[in-house]
Amino acid sequence: MMKFERYEWLAITIMISLFIFVGFIQGWSVSLVILNMCIISAIMTMGVNISWGYAGVINFGVMGFLAMGGLAAVLVSYPPIAESWQVGGRGLGISFALLVVLVIAVMYINKIVIQKRNRYILNSLIIFFGILIIRHFYLNATHNIEDINPAIAGFLGGLGLPIIFSWIVGGLFAAGVAFVIGKVALGLRSDYLAIVTLGISEIVVSVLKHEEWLSRGVKNVIGLKRPVPYEIDLQNADWFINLVTYLNSSKLNNIIDLGDRQQVLNNLIIDGSGIFVKLSYAILFLIVMLIIFYFANKAQLSPWGRMMRAIRDNETAANAMGKDVVKQHLIIFVIGAAIVGVAGAMLVTLDGLFTPSGYRPLRFTFIIWIMVIVGGSGNNLGAIFGGFVIWFAWIEAAPLTTFIINQLTVGLEPTNVLKLHLLNSVPYFRYLFMGLILLLILRYRPKGIIPEKVRHS
Amino acid sequence: MIDFLNSIIVLLNFIIIPGISYGSQLALGALGVTFVYAILRFANFAHGEIMSFGAMITILFTWFFQSQNIGLGILPTALLALPIGIIATIILCIISDKFVFQYYRYQKSVPVVLAMVSIGVMFVINAIIRIIIGTETIKFSDGQKFIMKAKQFKVMTGLNEGLALKSSQVITILITILLLTFTFWFLQKTKTGKSMRAFSDNEDLALLSGINPDRVVFTTWIIVGVLACVAGTLYGLDKSYKPIIYLNLVLPIFASAIVGGIGSPFGAVVGGYVIAFSEIMVTYAYKKFFVYLLPSSIEPTGLVQLLSTDYKFAVSFSILVIVLLIRPSGIFKGKVL
Repeated sequence: MMKFERYEWLAITIMISLFIFVGFIQGWSVSLVILNMCIISAIMTMGVNISWGYAGVINFGVMGFLAMGGLAAVLVSYPPIAESWQVGGRGLGISFALLVVLVIAVMYINKIVIQKRNRYILNSLIIFFGILIIRHFYLNATHNIEDINPAIAGFLGGLGLPIIFSWIVGGLFAAGVAFVIGKVALGLRSDYLAIVTLGISEIVVSVLKHEEWLSRGVKNVIGLKRPVPYEIDLQNADWFINLVTYLNSSKLNNIIDLGDRQQVLNNLIIDGSGIFVKLSYAILFLIVMLIIFYFANKAQLSPWGRMMRAIRDNETAANAMGKDVVKQHLIIFVIGAAIVGVAGAMLVTLDGLFTPSGYRPLRFTFIIWIMVIVGGSGNNLGAIFGGFVIWFAWIEAAPLTTFIINQLTVGLEPTNVLKLHLLNSVPYFRYLFMGLILLLILRYRPKGIIPEKVRHS
Repeated sequence: MIDFLNSIIVLLNFIIIPGISYGSQLALGALGVTFVYAILRFANFAHGEIMSFGAMITILFTWFFQSQNIGLGILPTALLALPIGIIATIILCIISDKFVFQYYRYQKSVPVVLAMVSIGVMFVINAIIRIIIGTETIKFSDGQKFIMKAKQFKVMTGLNEGLALKSSQVITILITILLLTFTFWFLQKTKTGKSMRAFSDNEDLALLSGINPDRVVFTTWIIVGVLACVAGTLYGLDKSYKPIIYLNLVLPIFASAIVGGIGSPFGAVVGGYVIAFSEIMVTYAYKKFFVYLLPSSIEPTGLVQLLSTDYKFAVSFSILVIVLLIRPSGIFKGKVL
């Protein structure tokens, strides 16, 4: 199917060797933790890259779509809370039904009332009173739900299904939100589309933060079930102990004393179980990443992808050729958002907890965009590369900075004020690095490290 | 009658005065964004951080003056440090233009690339601020805190409701009036201001008429630096300085600029007040107000609050979206997006 160029192989080699390097220096556990986040970042980056790189549709709502994915993880995997449904289910059902009625009424008015002023007046009246009525049912229901056992529950719970299903549901959730946003905002000039999507993503997150009946809000949801085994189960499983013994047999056989040997074996098993869990995550994530990569590439090479590039490069010409630009923009915006949503669900799966207040634009929107720009917009391998490299830099910036500061201030006393201040500020240097990387790439390699291939087909 | 007065005082105390002072801060910020948009033609995401930078320098010099026991008596020392902060902010703006934005301007890059570049600048300034001053919340207002305390007012007028007037609010309003007057006078009456307006209106025509673009851009950054530093400092003085809050402030500022009509200075100011008042009015609980006004038989039982205060932030964006849907060029016809 696809052939990599030489420099692309080089990029892949660099990515792999980075992890091996960290594995030897800082331990395999650290390396795998970084790898897992890198893969998730790569998926997010591919999602943004599809809308921005293929079609030039800007999406600054990454944070909101990630949060929707995270919500899906909670709603799919958390066991349902029967009591909450009992006290609040009916009220919520009624308010939802009323909301549907309201929307239909507004659509009906838009259809039959032709005069613009009358339409506005009627609509605002109906919406105002409709919301008043809905609020009554809604607030009662949510209040009841939030009162039930607020320390550990206080929300509706989920479906109690395996969390892995949420990866698909997360994509669907994000796609739904993206559809609404796209209907409203697409068609604005690109930098204003950026501001509007950024703002709407903030609204999404603030809803998740404050609607406690849905997501527990700032109280967070913890203890989501994993799709992979738990360390403690592994440590007691015979097959795992045998596996570790077999893998380390040469090392173990060198130890003569039986007690010592058992001690070493136990340590190995504890270390091994952690690595095994992270490795299983990595394999799951890698599968998802490769599937998305495969289809993204297929789509890019297909006639549809060609049309998208045509729209991106010259909207007017594409329109003149009979392509429905507005519709295609909406489609690609939704697809991109859906992939970001998948990544959001995976992120929550990996953490095992959902913290709505943790979604901040700097970390979850702008960093992802740096990944896209640095990797190379319009190239899927570039997107993956960007995700890997930037996340790697983000994590390894702190140890690197500490090292550099210590080298630079080696002549100063350990109690020197400047030195202490700098060492305390180590976590902030990563922002400096990110900004500088972005500025340098935009200046000297504006198409990214692995640029889009120009195809003449 | 007394009840009516009381209800008015409630509105003044909780909505109008906070609304005007928050609106002034937003208006100054939005004015800066609109200037960059009108002259340099891109959405400057770094504007919040520029404000934060100005406030930080002001704080550092406020501390210095405080340690030297130099003060302004009842006025906050920050006012003394403000000019230094303004100069530093102007220097920051000009440096970032020389080293970063200028290149793309000469290349005639599309606006979205410049917006990306401004994100890079945002990260760098953000890092510099955090490295220098950390992320702690800093209170740096000193001098007399209140011009009128709620209690004093009650004693003075004999009403049930108090009216508190913070000196930071009054300072904000006065400085805003001063600065806005000056800016509009500059734009309307001076030659440089006129050339800026011409440049914004039609770049090619302005160049043909012999307007020096570099000079126009230079002046723009000076104005932006002044506005940003003052807005940032006033916001910090009024609430309290927190480096991470300014990133969140960028969004209401953009909303103000767009709602008022981006590229139109007057629109930006109006937009600032529109956003500020709607944020406060939609999330305020009107119970007290109605208790005074209505006879006790039909007094409201609930809080009479449209949205919980948690959604303060979402309000400005909902307004932005509604305005973009109904009137994409903003209230005062700015540039059509």
